[in-house]
Amino acid sequence: MTAAATTPPPPRWVRFTPLQRVGRFAAYLITVAAVVWSMKTIEIIPEFLYDAPEQTLDLFQRMWPFDWSYYPKAIHAALIETFHIATLGTLLSLAVAVPFAVLGARNVTPVPVLNGLAKFVFVASRSVNSLIWALLFVAILGPGALAGTLAIACRSIGFVGKLLSEALEEARPGPIEALTALGAPAGHLLLKGYWPQIEPAFWSVTLLRWDINIRESSVLGLVGAGGIGVALDAALSNLYWDQAGLILAIILAVVLAVEVLTSAIRRRIM
Amino acid sequence: MSAPAPHPDPFPAHWAARGLKLLVVAYALYAASTLDLTWTRFVSGLDHGAAFIARMFPPQTAPDKLQLLYEGTLESLQIAILATFFGVALSLPLGFLAARNLMPRAVCWAARGAIALCRSLHPVIVAILFVKAVGFGALAGALALVVASLGFISKLFSEAIEDIDMKPVEAARAAGGSFLGVTIMAVIPQVAARFIGFSSYQFDSNLRNSTMVGIVGGGGIGAPLFTAYQRFDYDFVLTILITVIALVLATEALTGRLRRLFQ
Amino acid sequence: MTPTEPASDSALTIRHLVKEYRRGAPVLKDVSLTFASSGVTAIIGPSGTGKSTLIRCINRLVEPTAGEIWFEGENLAALPPARLRRVRRRIGMVFQEYNLVERLSVIENILTGRLGYVAFWRVWLRRFPAEDIARAFALLDAVGLGSDFATRRADQLSGGQRQRVGIARALMQQPRLLLADEPTSSLDPRTSVEIMDLLRALAERERIPIVINIHNVELARRCASRIIGMAQGSIVFDGAPEALDDDRLATIYGGEGWLQ
Repeated sequence: MTAAATTPPPPRWVRFTPLQRVGRFAAYLITVAAVVWSMKTIEIIPEFLYDAPEQTLDLFQRMWPFDWSYYPKAIHAALIETFHIATLGTLLSLAVAVPFAVLGARNVTPVPVLNGLAKFVFVASRSVNSLIWALLFVAILGPGALAGTLAIACRSIGFVGKLLSEALEEARPGPIEALTALGAPAGHLLLKGYWPQIEPAFWSVTLLRWDINIRESSVLGLVGAGGIGVALDAALSNLYWDQAGLILAIILAVVLAVEVLTSAIRRRIM
Repeated sequence: MSAPAPHPDPFPAHWAARGLKLLVVAYALYAASTLDLTWTRFVSGLDHGAAFIARMFPPQTAPDKLQLLYEGTLESLQIAILATFFGVALSLPLGFLAARNLMPRAVCWAARGAIALCRSLHPVIVAILFVKAVGFGALAGALALVVASLGFISKLFSEAIEDIDMKPVEAARAAGGSFLGVTIMAVIPQVAARFIGFSSYQFDSNLRNSTMVGIVGGGGIGAPLFTAYQRFDYDFVLTILITVIALVLATEALTGRLRRLFQ
Repeated sequence: MTPTEPASDSALTIRHLVKEYRRGAPVLKDVSLTFASSGVTAIIGPSGTGKSTLIRCINRLVEPTAGEIWFEGENLAALPPARLRRVRRRIGMVFQEYNLVERLSVIENILTGRLGYVAFWRVWLRRFPAEDIARAFALLDAVGLGSDFATRRADQLSGGQRQRVGIARALMQQPRLLLADEPTSSLDPRTSVEIMDLLRALAERERIPIVINIHNVELARRCASRIIGMAQGSIVFDGAPEALDDDRLATIYGGEGWLQ
């Protein structure tokens, strides 16, 4: 998402080399072929589709009215736990991501081996879905919020680290040169040269990831990693749709509230 | 130096900021205390971890399992392709409706509400609803990811449209162009390249999630993964994970090249 | 040839300095210079002639390819990183683009001049020693800003005000040598004169030598006690401002057409 936002605007007058022309044509062709192939071979049972409007109606009828008595019994505690998982996971990921971001920024750490190490950590963290991280931690630590917190943290390290690393690389070199020239040691240089420059990016990335983590931590319970997903899983496996509906509505409300909150904070600190 | 002249406080205290920091630290400590972090748990975790990793190796390569892996991975890929295609196709009109510089206020807010709704639920949760609506299988997963794609692409797309240069639009309008004409002549050319970028990012994201919707019955490799996990077939879990990660990384490299091609 | 320490009456001695960014294409060709322990030295010359490289080689912001740089009894060119930092603390530097940390306050920017001396935890908690803070406020007055500016953020200042903060930061180091790399090139003519006068006055007050890169010849003549002319990586003029006549300028800048 962030990377997409930094895509440069389209150039107005472009002349393609013949190779690019062929490449583009091939890309279109492959896209069409892939869609056609997927349409033809994917297993879809048409009878299910005819049934869908009826089933959807049935779903909503079963959900409404919500079983509000379930909220104090099971949802409230699970909701708080979800909040803990997302927030602690984000904080924990910051603690790990910041040192790796420093190692990954080529201007701060001009050592290709360490840059590569940091990039590897980021890629490893990002290419494993948070649900898979949760599966791994549940297997090791047993079910519960601890596994969920670590899963959120592990998934976030790559995201936060990569963006902070890029922010460090975009820091203006002038102030750094000035502080180097007056004999500041490396730690002082980070603290007074780089940190003030990346601080807005740091808060912005943290809030963005926290927002995402609230959403992600709501499903971790499906694999036993704590939070409101556990309550959802219980309601679903018992086919208590009135409880499930309430949980979904609450997740929706919390996620929207957090998004409004984070974008308000972001506007204030920018 | 001469006797120091009285000077103002160089670092006036930000009590609000300090209070907030203190609050965050206190909260983190409290929240961590609810996690049941004990030494015994840590030690037994190490044991479990070692056993877990021991059971993962060597990765499972029995022919019947590999067949399962092949079919599941293929289905995940198909889900991602279809979800991206239809999600992108549908987010074109939705993105236009949400663009503040082209649409009346009421339409724009309604569209934005729909987009926020699509974005706010995790794809796996949306998949649960679609599994109920259209039954188990790839269709439910694909529909869930169409919703997710709608949420992200429409938002980025409407922002891209809001960023465009309005002069060609005004020129086309002044020349008496119909809405469709104005759109085709003046808006699409300005956002096409970024749109391809968004779509390829969404394909990456959809592929990651298409490996997960199977956990709730939405098709793809997620179902065999979760089954193997619940049966403690950790060697097969490892095989699936390696395949998924390799697929995701390979696709990312490919879409990265695609973006460069269309820049 | 073994490096030997030069006579102690000079503040800075450069011997046979060579810098190549690309092999076989030297930007500085065997430069040797000696600077007295006071006075303003202006280095002039066309752009791209190695002025900036020369001044950055002195405190090793740019690594010299060969040569010696003697300052207070040490050859900077041969120092390991930790000892280089200790020497850099005693060399102040003023930059063309001011190079302030924009999101920090004016007073904190000045206090960063002490970063080479103050412990990490003090910097982190902003607990600078009281005498440092007093000195920072005194310098804020000395550069003509006054304590009203102390808590303003650096990015709220005009160019001239920023350069004054830059000078205060350099003097905060209590340097034994001040380097200035095109300190007025981003400023309007009137502010340029003010800044140059300020630099000269402060250097006199602190009794330290200044080496200034500058491309405004008039300004150099007005402020400097010694002018060094560079062309294509070598020194082609070295003398008092009065000795810098049109012939000499033509040697430095090449041709005479531009003089008319």
